[in-house]
Amino acid sequence: MKSNIFFSFGKYIGLLGQAFSKPEKFSMYWKETLRQMDGIGVGSVVIVALIAIFMGAVAALQFAYQLDGQLIPMYYIGYIVRDLAIIESAPTITCLVLAGKVGSNIAAEIGGMRQKEHIDAMEIMGINTASYLILPKTIAGLFVIPFLVTLAAAIAILGGYLATVPTGTISDVDYIRGVRAYFVEYNVLMMYVKAYTFSFILVTVSCFQGYYVQGGSIELGKASTNAVVYSNILILLADYLIAVILTV
Amino acid sequence: MIRIEHIKKSFGDVDVLKGISHTFEAGKTNLIIGKSGAGKTVMLKILVGLFPPTSGRIFYDDTDFIGLEKKQLRDLRMRVGMLFQGSALFDSMTVEENVRFPLDMFTNHTKQEKDKGVDYCLDRVGLNNANKKYPSEISGGMQKRVGIARSIVLNPTYLFCDEPNSGLDPRTALVIDELIKDITVENNITTVINTHDMNSVMEIGDNIALLHLGELAWAGNKDEVLESDNDILQDFIFASPFLKRLRNKAMGI
Repeated sequence: MKSNIFFSFGKYIGLLGQAFSKPEKFSMYWKETLRQMDGIGVGSVVIVALIAIFMGAVAALQFAYQLDGQLIPMYYIGYIVRDLAIIESAPTITCLVLAGKVGSNIAAEIGGMRQKEHIDAMEIMGINTASYLILPKTIAGLFVIPFLVTLAAAIAILGGYLATVPTGTISDVDYIRGVRAYFVEYNVLMMYVKAYTFSFILVTVSCFQGYYVQGGSIELGKASTNAVVYSNILILLADYLIAVILTV
Repeated sequence: MIRIEHIKKSFGDVDVLKGISHTFEAGKTNLIIGKSGAGKTVMLKILVGLFPPTSGRIFYDDTDFIGLEKKQLRDLRMRVGMLFQGSALFDSMTVEENVRFPLDMFTNHTKQEKDKGVDYCLDRVGLNNANKKYPSEISGGMQKRVGIARSIVLNPTYLFCDEPNSGLDPRTALVIDELIKDITVENNITTVINTHDMNSVMEIGDNIALLHLGELAWAGNKDEVLESDNDILQDFIFASPFLKRLRNKAMGI
């Protein structure tokens, strides 16, 4: 079991070594990167927005419930929703969701290419397949996922507003005051550190799972599931480590 | 010309290829035939470098293929075309984009030059009206032809075909065989075809290597097949009683 983990980790590092090498032709890699940006980014905006709005709304309502009757001022709802979104829920929940949506898709796409001999065809043409299949996806992920995380943070704050202000739980002046109170720029840095780290994990782990698929549809299904499971575990582990490193 | 010397391949304790030596000639359709499990696919994958042999040497003309540097291997591979059993066309690309892909990746040709190259190859395989279609929108035979067009677009010196007729009806299979044969002769390509299609053997078998249990059981051409007294060959080619009767009739037995 232990040696298996080390073997897989070594194989993963080896694959990354192959992937991050000089492209055969920059224009072809750029074209593929743009295609992946479209798939990962544009294709995920709706689901990310939907989750973020409910994330903010639920957080705001539950804090309002807990603060009710306390001496803590109600504008704290805006403050708490903002910091919760920026520090934790926007990067972590968004990337966990994307690991399910984008990660499984990447593993299935690359695994399908392996099974249908597309990867062999590229190898025979003389293409560094690890690089051509993984590098554009990684760059696309590192470019668009932090953007999606930023969008999720903004929409979560908006979700908190929509759940509390129109219902009369809190006035709009108080909510906006809370959102603007005690703002610490360092928290935004923390959000981006998480966003970039999680993006890298979810894309490369999913590529790794897909790239080494062997067998048939059952193995492809397993690779797709493993991509989600391992990405999620590693994202949560990285979340903890980043929290320790950046807040202690 | 491709020459292999004492090629051995083992997976664990299983010896799949047991020291095969053979020469695949330029300008000829070289066939590797044999029963399922004889080692044909492993042989082809070793020839194109997808599997390393356990031992033995492979020469592409005078170049020792095993142990080539990365750059030399890449240069050599640009002179290699391959048609896969399932065609291996990229699903996200149209027919035209599939054929253009090697040109885009490896050449600095202008758009007009690339268009000309793609049009020529698609025209050569008789598919100049399907440029904008996706692989899922065309038949299996058409996919094979697109695969051939893609494999010849960089004017290869060596062409490999893995079961080019699998899944095709006999008539379409003949068309594909003739196409491969014509392209081989026209461009003096060293073509290696992995097949167990008997029509291919008898129609385009310029140089046939029969593998049996990982060994080279027989080598010759299509004209020598009928006259050979090699039991393994006769048992393989004329497997059915119907074909045996036909052979006896042809031989006047």
